[in-house]
Amino acid sequence: MDQLNSYLFVAAILFSLGVFGVITRRNGIAVLMGVELILNAANVNFIAFSRFGGMNFDGHVFGMLVIVMAAAEAAVALAIIINIYNNMNTINVDQASQLKQ
Amino acid sequence: MADYIFWLVVTVTVVSAAVVVLNSQLIYSAVALLFTLFGVAGLYVFLWADFIAGVQLLVYVGGILVLIIFGIMLTNRISSVRISHKSVQQGVGGAVVVWLFIFLSIVVIKTPWLDQPAIEPSSSVGKVGTLLLTKYVLPFEVVSILLLGALIGAAVLSREDT
Repeated sequence: MDQLNSYLFVAAILFSLGVFGVITRRNGIAVLMGVELILNAANVNFIAFSRFGGMNFDGHVFGMLVIVMAAAEAAVALAIIINIYNNMNTINVDQASQLKQ
Repeated sequence: MADYIFWLVVTVTVVSAAVVVLNSQLIYSAVALLFTLFGVAGLYVFLWADFIAGVQLLVYVGGILVLIIFGIMLTNRISSVRISHKSVQQGVGGAVVVWLFIFLSIVVIKTPWLDQPAIEPSSSVGKVGTLLLTKYVLPFEVVSILLLGALIGAAVLSREDT
Protein backbone atom coordinates (compact mmCIF):
# COMPACT_ATOMS: atom_id res chain seq x y z
CA MET A 1 0.00 0.00 0.00
CA ASP A 2 3.02 2.30 0.14
CA GLN A 3 4.11 1.67 -3.41
CA LEU A 4 3.16 3.68 -6.44
CA ASN A 5 3.11 0.61 -8.68
CA SER A 6 0.19 -1.07 -6.92
CA TYR A 7 -2.03 1.99 -7.46
CA LEU A 8 -0.94 2.26 -11.08
CA PHE A 9 -1.79 -1.41 -11.65
CA VAL A 10 -5.24 -0.97 -10.12
CA ALA A 11 -5.79 2.05 -12.35
CA ALA A 12 -4.58 0.10 -15.39
CA ILE A 13 -7.02 -2.74 -14.62
CA LEU A 14 -9.88 -0.27 -14.18
CA PHE A 15 -8.96 1.47 -17.44
CA SER A 16 -8.78 -1.80 -19.36
CA LEU A 17 -12.14 -2.95 -18.01
CA GLY A 18 -13.65 0.41 -18.90
CA VAL A 19 -12.36 0.19 -22.46
CA PHE A 20 -13.71 -3.36 -22.66
CA GLY A 21 -17.14 -2.11 -21.57
CA VAL A 22 -17.11 0.76 -24.06
CA ILE A 23 -16.19 -1.41 -27.05
CA THR A 24 -18.35 -4.47 -26.30
CA ARG A 25 -21.54 -3.06 -24.81
CA ARG A 26 -24.41 -2.10 -27.06
CA ASN A 27 -26.68 -0.48 -24.49
CA GLY A 28 -25.97 3.26 -24.30
CA ILE A 29 -26.15 3.40 -20.52
CA ALA A 30 -23.71 0.48 -20.21
CA VAL A 31 -21.30 2.35 -22.49
CA LEU A 32 -21.65 5.33 -20.15
CA MET A 33 -20.73 3.10 -17.19
CA GLY A 34 -17.55 2.08 -19.04
CA VAL A 35 -16.68 5.74 -19.53
CA GLU A 36 -17.14 6.31 -15.79
CA LEU A 37 -14.69 3.48 -15.07
CA ILE A 38 -12.12 5.07 -17.40
CA LEU A 39 -12.50 8.46 -15.70
CA ASN A 40 -12.09 6.83 -12.27
CA ALA A 41 -8.89 5.11 -13.42
CA ALA A 42 -7.47 8.45 -14.59
CA ASN A 43 -8.42 9.99 -11.28
CA VAL A 44 -6.67 7.28 -9.26
CA ASN A 45 -3.54 8.00 -11.28
CA PHE A 46 -3.78 11.73 -10.59
CA ILE A 47 -4.14 11.26 -6.84
CA ALA A 48 -1.42 8.57 -6.71
CA PHE A 49 1.10 10.76 -8.52
CA SER A 50 0.16 13.62 -6.22
CA ARG A 51 0.79 11.44 -3.15
CA PHE A 52 4.09 9.94 -4.32
CA GLY A 53 5.43 13.11 -5.90
CA GLY A 54 6.10 14.69 -2.55
CA MET A 55 2.46 15.28 -1.49
CA ASN A 56 1.76 18.41 -3.45
CA PHE A 57 -1.92 19.06 -3.91
CA ASP A 58 -2.02 19.83 -7.64
CA GLY A 59 -3.24 16.31 -8.40
CA HIS A 60 -6.09 16.74 -5.94
CA VAL A 61 -7.26 19.87 -7.79
CA PHE A 62 -7.18 18.04 -11.12
CA GLY A 63 -8.98 15.06 -9.59
CA MET A 64 -11.76 17.35 -8.44
CA LEU A 65 -12.00 18.95 -11.89
CA VAL A 66 -12.26 15.47 -13.45
CA ILE A 67 -15.11 14.58 -11.08
CA VAL A 68 -16.96 17.79 -12.00
CA MET A 69 -16.47 17.05 -15.70
CA ALA A 70 -17.75 13.50 -15.20
CA ALA A 71 -20.91 14.86 -13.57
CA ALA A 72 -21.54 17.23 -16.50
CA GLU A 73 -20.85 14.45 -18.99
CA ALA A 74 -23.23 12.02 -17.27
CA ALA A 75 -26.05 14.58 -17.19
CA VAL A 76 -25.75 15.47 -20.89
CA ALA A 77 -25.23 11.85 -21.97
CA LEU A 78 -28.34 10.67 -20.13
CA ALA A 79 -30.40 13.51 -21.62
CA ILE A 80 -29.22 12.45 -25.09
CA ILE A 81 -29.91 8.77 -24.36
CA ILE A 82 -33.45 9.50 -23.17
CA ASN A 83 -34.06 11.58 -26.31
CA ILE A 84 -32.79 8.71 -28.48
CA TYR A 85 -35.11 6.35 -26.63
CA ASN A 86 -38.10 8.65 -27.17
CA ASN A 87 -37.36 9.02 -30.88
CA MET A 88 -36.21 5.52 -31.85
CA ASN A 89 -37.58 3.35 -29.03
CA THR A 90 -34.16 1.79 -28.43
CA ILE A 91 -30.90 2.82 -26.82
CA ASN A 92 -28.87 0.29 -28.73
CA VAL A 93 -25.91 2.29 -30.00
CA ASP A 94 -25.64 0.05 -33.09
CA GLN A 95 -29.16 0.86 -34.21
CA ALA A 96 -29.10 4.55 -33.29
CA SER A 97 -26.90 5.40 -36.25
CA GLN A 98 -28.98 8.10 -37.94
CA LEU A 99 -28.70 11.79 -37.22
CA LYS A 100 -32.35 12.39 -38.15
CA GLN A 101 -35.39 10.29 -38.77
CA MET B 1 -3.65 -4.71 9.31
CA ALA B 2 -3.75 -1.74 6.96
CA ASP B 3 -2.22 -3.92 4.26
CA TYR B 4 -5.08 -6.41 4.48
CA ILE B 5 -7.65 -3.62 4.29
CA PHE B 6 -5.85 -2.16 1.27
CA TRP B 7 -5.90 -5.46 -0.62
CA LEU B 8 -9.54 -5.99 0.38
CA VAL B 9 -10.40 -2.58 -1.10
CA VAL B 10 -8.44 -3.36 -4.25
CA THR B 11 -10.19 -6.73 -4.63
CA VAL B 12 -13.64 -5.20 -4.17
CA THR B 13 -12.84 -2.48 -6.71
CA VAL B 14 -11.48 -4.77 -9.41
CA VAL B 15 -14.03 -7.58 -9.02
CA SER B 16 -17.00 -5.22 -9.03
CA ALA B 17 -15.55 -3.35 -12.03
CA ALA B 18 -15.39 -6.70 -13.85
CA VAL B 19 -19.03 -7.35 -12.91
CA VAL B 20 -19.94 -3.90 -14.31
CA VAL B 21 -18.65 -4.74 -17.77
CA LEU B 22 -19.47 -8.49 -17.85
CA ASN B 23 -22.91 -8.88 -16.26
CA SER B 24 -25.81 -9.12 -18.66
CA GLN B 25 -28.37 -7.52 -16.34
CA LEU B 26 -28.17 -3.75 -16.56
CA ILE B 27 -29.37 -3.05 -13.02
CA TYR B 28 -26.77 -5.46 -11.58
CA SER B 29 -24.12 -3.53 -13.48
CA ALA B 30 -25.35 -0.32 -11.84
CA VAL B 31 -25.19 -1.88 -8.36
CA ALA B 32 -21.69 -3.24 -9.06
CA LEU B 33 -20.67 0.25 -10.18
CA LEU B 34 -21.70 1.43 -6.70
CA PHE B 35 -19.14 -0.92 -5.12
CA THR B 36 -16.47 0.13 -7.63
CA LEU B 37 -16.99 3.79 -6.76
CA PHE B 38 -16.86 2.99 -3.03
CA GLY B 39 -13.61 1.07 -3.59
CA VAL B 40 -12.06 3.96 -5.51
CA ALA B 41 -13.04 6.28 -2.65
CA GLY B 42 -11.24 3.85 -0.30
CA LEU B 43 -8.13 4.06 -2.49
CA TYR B 44 -8.29 7.86 -2.19
CA VAL B 45 -8.34 7.50 1.60
CA PHE B 46 -5.21 5.30 1.40
CA LEU B 47 -3.62 8.03 -0.74
CA TRP B 48 -4.27 10.65 1.98
CA ALA B 49 -6.87 12.45 -0.15
CA ASP B 50 -9.73 12.76 2.33
CA PHE B 51 -11.44 15.66 0.55
CA ILE B 52 -11.41 13.94 -2.84
CA ALA B 53 -12.77 10.77 -1.21
CA GLY B 54 -15.66 12.77 0.21
CA VAL B 55 -16.31 14.46 -3.15
CA GLN B 56 -16.21 11.04 -4.82
CA LEU B 57 -18.89 9.71 -2.47
CA LEU B 58 -21.07 12.82 -2.77
CA VAL B 59 -20.87 13.35 -6.53
CA TYR B 60 -20.41 9.83 -7.93
CA VAL B 61 -22.40 7.68 -5.50
CA GLY B 62 -24.95 10.34 -4.62
CA GLY B 63 -25.32 11.96 -8.02
CA ILE B 64 -24.04 10.13 -11.08
CA LEU B 65 -25.11 6.65 -9.98
CA VAL B 66 -28.62 7.89 -9.18
CA LEU B 67 -28.72 9.54 -12.62
CA ILE B 68 -27.65 6.26 -14.26
CA ILE B 69 -30.35 4.31 -12.40
CA PHE B 70 -32.90 6.96 -13.46
CA GLY B 71 -31.73 6.46 -17.03
CA ILE B 72 -32.19 2.69 -16.76
CA MET B 73 -35.67 3.14 -15.34
CA LEU B 74 -36.72 5.64 -18.01
CA THR B 75 -35.41 3.69 -20.99
CA ASN B 76 -36.78 0.21 -20.20
CA ARG B 77 -40.21 -1.18 -19.67
CA ILE B 78 -39.68 -2.43 -16.15
CA SER B 79 -42.87 -4.41 -15.85
CA SER B 80 -42.83 -6.27 -19.14
CA VAL B 81 -39.33 -7.57 -19.84
CA ARG B 82 -36.20 -8.33 -17.88
CA ILE B 83 -33.66 -5.57 -18.38
CA SER B 84 -30.89 -7.38 -20.13
CA HIS B 85 -28.43 -6.34 -22.75
CA LYS B 86 -26.11 -8.39 -24.82
CA SER B 87 -22.48 -7.66 -25.47
CA VAL B 88 -20.97 -7.99 -28.92
CA GLN B 89 -17.52 -8.96 -30.14
CA GLN B 90 -16.34 -10.08 -26.71
CA GLY B 91 -13.52 -12.19 -28.14
CA VAL B 92 -11.97 -9.44 -30.24
CA GLY B 93 -12.62 -6.83 -27.56
CA GLY B 94 -11.05 -9.03 -24.91
CA ALA B 95 -7.95 -9.57 -27.05
CA VAL B 96 -7.56 -5.83 -27.64
CA VAL B 97 -8.03 -5.06 -23.95
CA VAL B 98 -5.57 -7.75 -22.80
CA TRP B 99 -3.01 -6.33 -25.23
CA LEU B 100 -3.71 -2.84 -23.88
CA PHE B 101 -3.30 -4.03 -20.28
CA ILE B 102 0.01 -5.75 -21.05
CA PHE B 103 1.22 -2.57 -22.71
CA LEU B 104 0.21 -0.46 -19.70
CA SER B 105 1.86 -2.96 -17.31
CA ILE B 106 5.13 -2.78 -19.22
CA VAL B 107 4.96 1.02 -19.03
CA VAL B 108 4.27 0.91 -15.28
CA ILE B 109 7.12 -1.53 -14.58
CA LYS B 110 9.77 -0.06 -16.87
CA THR B 111 9.36 3.61 -16.03
CA PRO B 112 11.58 4.92 -13.20
CA TRP B 113 8.81 6.74 -11.34
CA LEU B 114 9.58 9.68 -9.14
CA ASP B 115 9.10 8.67 -5.51
CA GLN B 116 9.67 11.49 -3.08
CA PRO B 117 9.26 11.01 0.66
CA ALA B 118 6.30 12.82 2.13
CA ILE B 119 4.65 13.25 5.49
CA GLU B 120 0.94 12.69 5.93
CA PRO B 121 -0.97 15.99 6.08
CA SER B 122 -3.55 16.44 8.78
CA SER B 123 -6.17 17.63 6.29
CA SER B 124 -6.15 18.33 2.58
CA VAL B 125 -9.20 20.61 2.42
CA GLY B 126 -7.41 23.88 3.16
CA LYS B 127 -4.56 23.20 0.75
CA VAL B 128 -6.90 22.23 -2.08
CA GLY B 129 -9.06 25.30 -1.48
CA THR B 130 -6.05 27.61 -1.49
CA LEU B 131 -4.76 26.09 -4.72
CA LEU B 132 -8.21 26.36 -6.34
CA LEU B 133 -8.42 30.08 -5.68
CA THR B 134 -4.80 31.02 -6.41
CA LYS B 135 -2.86 28.84 -8.85
CA TYR B 136 -5.80 27.09 -10.50
CA VAL B 137 -8.42 29.84 -10.49
CA LEU B 138 -8.75 29.82 -14.29
CA PRO B 139 -9.54 26.06 -14.58
CA PHE B 140 -11.90 26.49 -11.63
CA GLU B 141 -13.87 29.21 -13.41
CA VAL B 142 -13.81 27.37 -16.74
CA VAL B 143 -15.19 24.22 -15.13
CA SER B 144 -17.94 26.24 -13.47
CA ILE B 145 -18.97 27.60 -16.89
CA LEU B 146 -18.84 24.02 -18.25
CA LEU B 147 -21.10 22.81 -15.44
CA LEU B 148 -23.60 25.62 -16.05
CA GLY B 149 -23.62 24.89 -19.77
CA ALA B 150 -24.12 21.17 -19.16
CA LEU B 151 -26.98 21.91 -16.75
CA ILE B 152 -28.80 24.16 -19.24
CA GLY B 153 -28.04 21.81 -22.13
CA ALA B 154 -29.38 18.76 -20.31
CA ALA B 155 -32.54 20.63 -19.30
CA VAL B 156 -33.12 21.84 -22.88
CA LEU B 157 -32.51 18.37 -24.34
CA SER B 158 -34.89 16.69 -21.91
CA ARG B 159 -37.84 19.03 -22.51
CA GLU B 160 -40.77 17.55 -24.33
CA ASP B 161 -41.60 20.44 -26.64
CA THR B 162 -38.28 21.21 -28.24
